[in-house]
Amino acid sequence: MNFLRRLNYGACRGDECDTPAVPHSFALEARDVRFVYPRSSAYVLDGVTLSVQAGERVALVGPNGAGKSTLLHLIIGMEQGYAGAIEVYGHPAHECRHRVAIVPQRSTVDWRFPVTVRQVVMTGRYVHLGWFKRPRQEDQDRVQDALETMDIVELANRQVGELSGGQQQRVMLARTLAHDADLLLLDEPLNHVDIGTQELIFHTLERLTADGKAVVVSTHDLGVLTVHFTRAVFLDRRVIADGRVDEVMTPETVAKAYGFEFHKDYVP
Amino acid sequence: MIEFLLEPLGYGFVIRGLAAGLLASISCALLSAFVVWRGMAFVGDALSHAILPGIVVAYIFGFSLFFGALGAAAVAVLAIGLISGRRRLKEDTAIGIVFSGLFALGVLMMSRVTTYQDLGHILFGNILGVSRSDLVLMLAVVIVTIVALTISHKEILVASFDPAHSVAIGLSPTLVRYILLFLLALTTVVAIQTVGVILVLSLLVTPAAAASMVSNRLRTIISLSVVMSLVATVFGFYVSYYSDVASGPAIALTLTSFFVVAFVSSRIRESRRRVGEEARSNAPA
Repeated sequence: MNFLRRLNYGACRGDECDTPAVPHSFALEARDVRFVYPRSSAYVLDGVTLSVQAGERVALVGPNGAGKSTLLHLIIGMEQGYAGAIEVYGHPAHECRHRVAIVPQRSTVDWRFPVTVRQVVMTGRYVHLGWFKRPRQEDQDRVQDALETMDIVELANRQVGELSGGQQQRVMLARTLAHDADLLLLDEPLNHVDIGTQELIFHTLERLTADGKAVVVSTHDLGVLTVHFTRAVFLDRRVIADGRVDEVMTPETVAKAYGFEFHKDYVP
Repeated sequence: MIEFLLEPLGYGFVIRGLAAGLLASISCALLSAFVVWRGMAFVGDALSHAILPGIVVAYIFGFSLFFGALGAAAVAVLAIGLISGRRRLKEDTAIGIVFSGLFALGVLMMSRVTTYQDLGHILFGNILGVSRSDLVLMLAVVIVTIVALTISHKEILVASFDPAHSVAIGLSPTLVRYILLFLLALTTVVAIQTVGVILVLSLLVTPAAAASMVSNRLRTIISLSVVMSLVATVFGFYVSYYSDVASGPAIALTLTSFFVVAFVSSRIRESRRRVGEEARSNAPA
């Protein structure tokens, strides 16, 4: 039975949610998470403890190799075999799939695969369909809304590989909107993105968090922090600093996260 | 002209051969788009070679070559998964090991039990040696392929385009991969009868490659692949009948020429478009 359950995918079977959010639970809670990649001996994550509340917009900051992507992959279940606990709205991370959506790093997506923008956005609805079900009118409407919100209606029938980096990222965020998740994970969404798209992405994220969704964005771009985030978590295999952006954005923290010496007497 | 077309069809074994060729080309063409766009060409090639020992074992013990071949394909798929799993070795390395090992074993076994003429039939296909029960099996494989792709096309699409999203919604990309490998194994096994081990790849790769020069819609690519494969099979079949050449190479070369035409015409279109764009941007406002 368990095996059959694993073969199936998608959200809840009936009209009611199988795993309603536990009252007063965090949108995301990681407790002492440790992880080693198979056939490696070094911990990529070494005791990460972190919690995100509904309505929060959190930046996950750190250099390449700090474990940002790995942490996001653990949350969606892309990597398994970690120690510690990860909970989403009070349940083990992978129990209710429709709550978590990811915009993965650009390099993990096969942009040349022959799919249209509309088809990609529709894959955001798949979690509500599962095997055998075809998209219904409601799904079509949700997709149309998402395309309109991200201002890509006129691109709907184009092949995604033909678009610019910024347009592609709009498509991915549109998919997340169609997914209608409560916890959004965005892995380096600002790479190769034009300013207009960046502003649209943040504007959309701000609206979503105002509606009570939780958003975690991984980035190595320190510039966007001060403007767009309420909270920053500096990560380098463990949490180095966590708090309001203006509090944690100190030269000491940045130096520690990015692994260089901080000299007090350095005068720029 | 009509006589020219009808003459070969006077013989039952020839009609069966043509039907077999058409069925094999349908199931190969249906998978072709996924083989091309998921980069499964090498594993397709490997499967077609790795089933040789299964065929020989079936020949020795006198059971259906189809199930012998399918068994060997299953061994190959599992061995590749096992060797490349958990990041031990890269997948193409695993495919190379299993492919060459099983094929070598097949050739060795074959050289002990049969003549090299039989080997020739397996390597290059023997479209005129198809029995009635072979045809039934082939029809079953075509139906299984159509049903499986109809049920799972949206899952294949999402797992191919974005594995991370696929995992996030609980759909295992590995499961999707194995569904495709299973269909690939079934299809390869039936196609070997008509085009042989060496040229199965042409039915699996060339149609969608040619179609992708013309369109970038998955649905169009699949439909065009099927049409091109059917045309190539019929054409290759007649060439083979009248010029007394093997059917496999005749079909494969027809497909190759389709690709060349599609490739050249897409390059011409592209350069025309570029010239048009330059002319527009240079035009005075």
